[in-house]
Amino acid sequence: MFALVKKSLIFFVLLSIPNLIVADERKFNLGKIATKTEIAGWDIDVRPDGLGAPIGNGSAIKGEEVYAEQCASCHGDFGEGLDRWPELVGGEDSLDTHDPVKTTGSYWPYASTMYDYIYRAMPFGVAQSLTHDETYQVVAYLLYMNEIIDEDFVLNDKNIGKIKMPNVEGFLMPDPRPDIANVNGNPCMQNCNTPTKIIGKARDIDVTPEEEKS
Amino acid sequence: MKKNKQKKLKINRRELLAGSASLGAIALSSKVGYSKETNQNNLPPNVPEWTGELGEGVDANPYGTPSEFENNVIRRNVEWLTASTESSVNFTPIQDLEGIVTPNGLCFERHHGGVSIINPKDYRLMINGLVDREMIFTLDDLKRFPQTNKFYFLECAANGGMEWKGSQLNGCQYTFGMVHNVQYTGVKLSDLILETGLKPKAQWVLAEGSDSSGMTRSIPIEKILDDCMIAWAMNGEALRSEQGYPARLVVPGWEGNMWIKWLRRLEFGDMPYMTREETSKYTDLLPDGKARMFTWVMDAKSVVTSPSPEKSILYRGIHQLRGLAWSGRGKIKRVDVSLDGGKNWQTAKLHDPVMSKSLARFTLPFEWNGQELLVQSRAIDETNYVQPTIHELQKLRGVNSIYHNNSIATWKVNKDGTLDNVRLG
Repeated sequence: MFALVKKSLIFFVLLSIPNLIVADERKFNLGKIATKTEIAGWDIDVRPDGLGAPIGNGSAIKGEEVYAEQCASCHGDFGEGLDRWPELVGGEDSLDTHDPVKTTGSYWPYASTMYDYIYRAMPFGVAQSLTHDETYQVVAYLLYMNEIIDEDFVLNDKNIGKIKMPNVEGFLMPDPRPDIANVNGNPCMQNCNTPTKIIGKARDIDVTPEEEKS
Repeated sequence: MKKNKQKKLKINRRELLAGSASLGAIALSSKVGYSKETNQNNLPPNVPEWTGELGEGVDANPYGTPSEFENNVIRRNVEWLTASTESSVNFTPIQDLEGIVTPNGLCFERHHGGVSIINPKDYRLMINGLVDREMIFTLDDLKRFPQTNKFYFLECAANGGMEWKGSQLNGCQYTFGMVHNVQYTGVKLSDLILETGLKPKAQWVLAEGSDSSGMTRSIPIEKILDDCMIAWAMNGEALRSEQGYPARLVVPGWEGNMWIKWLRRLEFGDMPYMTREETSKYTDLLPDGKARMFTWVMDAKSVVTSPSPEKSILYRGIHQLRGLAWSGRGKIKRVDVSLDGGKNWQTAKLHDPVMSKSLARFTLPFEWNGQELLVQSRAIDETNYVQPTIHELQKLRGVNSIYHNNSIATWKVNKDGTLDNVRLG
């Protein structure tokens, strides 16, 4: 009898202590603890320092084939971009011109972003279908086409965080806004000095979708 | 007998009308619903045709839709802008809306991999990284947390992006319509993390969507804990699929791209993740080739929605000019309107309620007697920020920024009452 009481007390204590701790830490007791396997399937992001890069590797030589099969139909054989699909190669020295060309080579600051984006979102409409090795291969191919690595360089989870992209210094932080002068809440109300000559009309550009006016 | 015959005729006519209405719906993009001619037989002293018969009963339309005469009030896109409709944008018809609430079916859409259709039973939100407990929540779990209800505007950072170099699109909808304003119902992230705990090193959150683009953005922890929420409802009903059903992130006052739809995961970390959408896109290129990064706040902005290029002036005499103003930094304090291209301004009436990081409605009566006008509006928010001219912005940022064009637009009223989107200089 005593033994039974003792046993059930122990049982009660064993049950209630973790419950008490959990209730104390988790305010509402909602949701469930995620398992490592569940997290591994969804935690696919790769950071600039390489954190999150999955084990795998690939070179441009192998990547050329994957690219031709999976990417070229939209991005062109040389990454030049077909129709309005994005250009992936070239554009160096264009960012400060009237017609900037923002490609992985000329604009993207981190190789990790290429891996992360291609794996999660490409090929368009068949997202997350490439293997990790295929993704490394395609990234390597694009880096090679942009003359950032050699064709036999083997890109992998250890070195993707160390690739130096040409435009890594091209970004400014923090946000300087409000960057305008007029932040005094008290703008000119009468006879203001402002140009009122019409120098352009959307109607003349004529790219607005056609429709009857209401 | 005669009565029966008449009724039959009427039914037939109604069927015919319904038939032509659906034909009209197919040709929506080129037809304007309420331009149908006036039928004198329905005007006084005659008894209108709809009075002499019964209308449809309840349940004829279990989920109500707008009147067929409003079928021109629709979202529209600009086909040449993008390579595919799955990675594209359309625009809210703000020129046709009143007040500050955007009807759910008219909220502009911006997708990067099309609209995901998710059974709420299959919905899971994962929270991992620098938290005490990595956890998974169902939609029902989220709805059991303390609830919050808030009106917020959502504006795409590229709203007006086609207008940097000059006036390009001749429409209020196309130049200002990447904005909407609804009441969100959801859970604040500051409540959600009471369940997971937070490690001291957690400074950034990666928010990730489960759509085909796997949309991801990094958000600083201060913003996450300040006013971000996960919403499952808008304007009183479940989110629309195109707005992220069953759950999306709400990032008040900040660019729309960060409001991850079909939200599946929040990862807490100690540095930003530098995703494609915050490096390659949504960075603001300056004339010297450098680009601003992490420009999150949507600065104060306003637009005259009527009259506008879509809303011609049809009559001489009194009119009520109307427009919308908003600021990602707080409440709108004042809106001024000019009819002469910015030389002289008058203060418009702001209508209640004026809420922080929400659209505000303004109106101003004006007389039109066939003269040319240059209509502008200028918002001032509670931080005293004054909406700038395009020339001010160009001087600072050039013309290749794409994003964050919050400058004053000019609608020219022509002598025939039509309006043009024009650039002054």
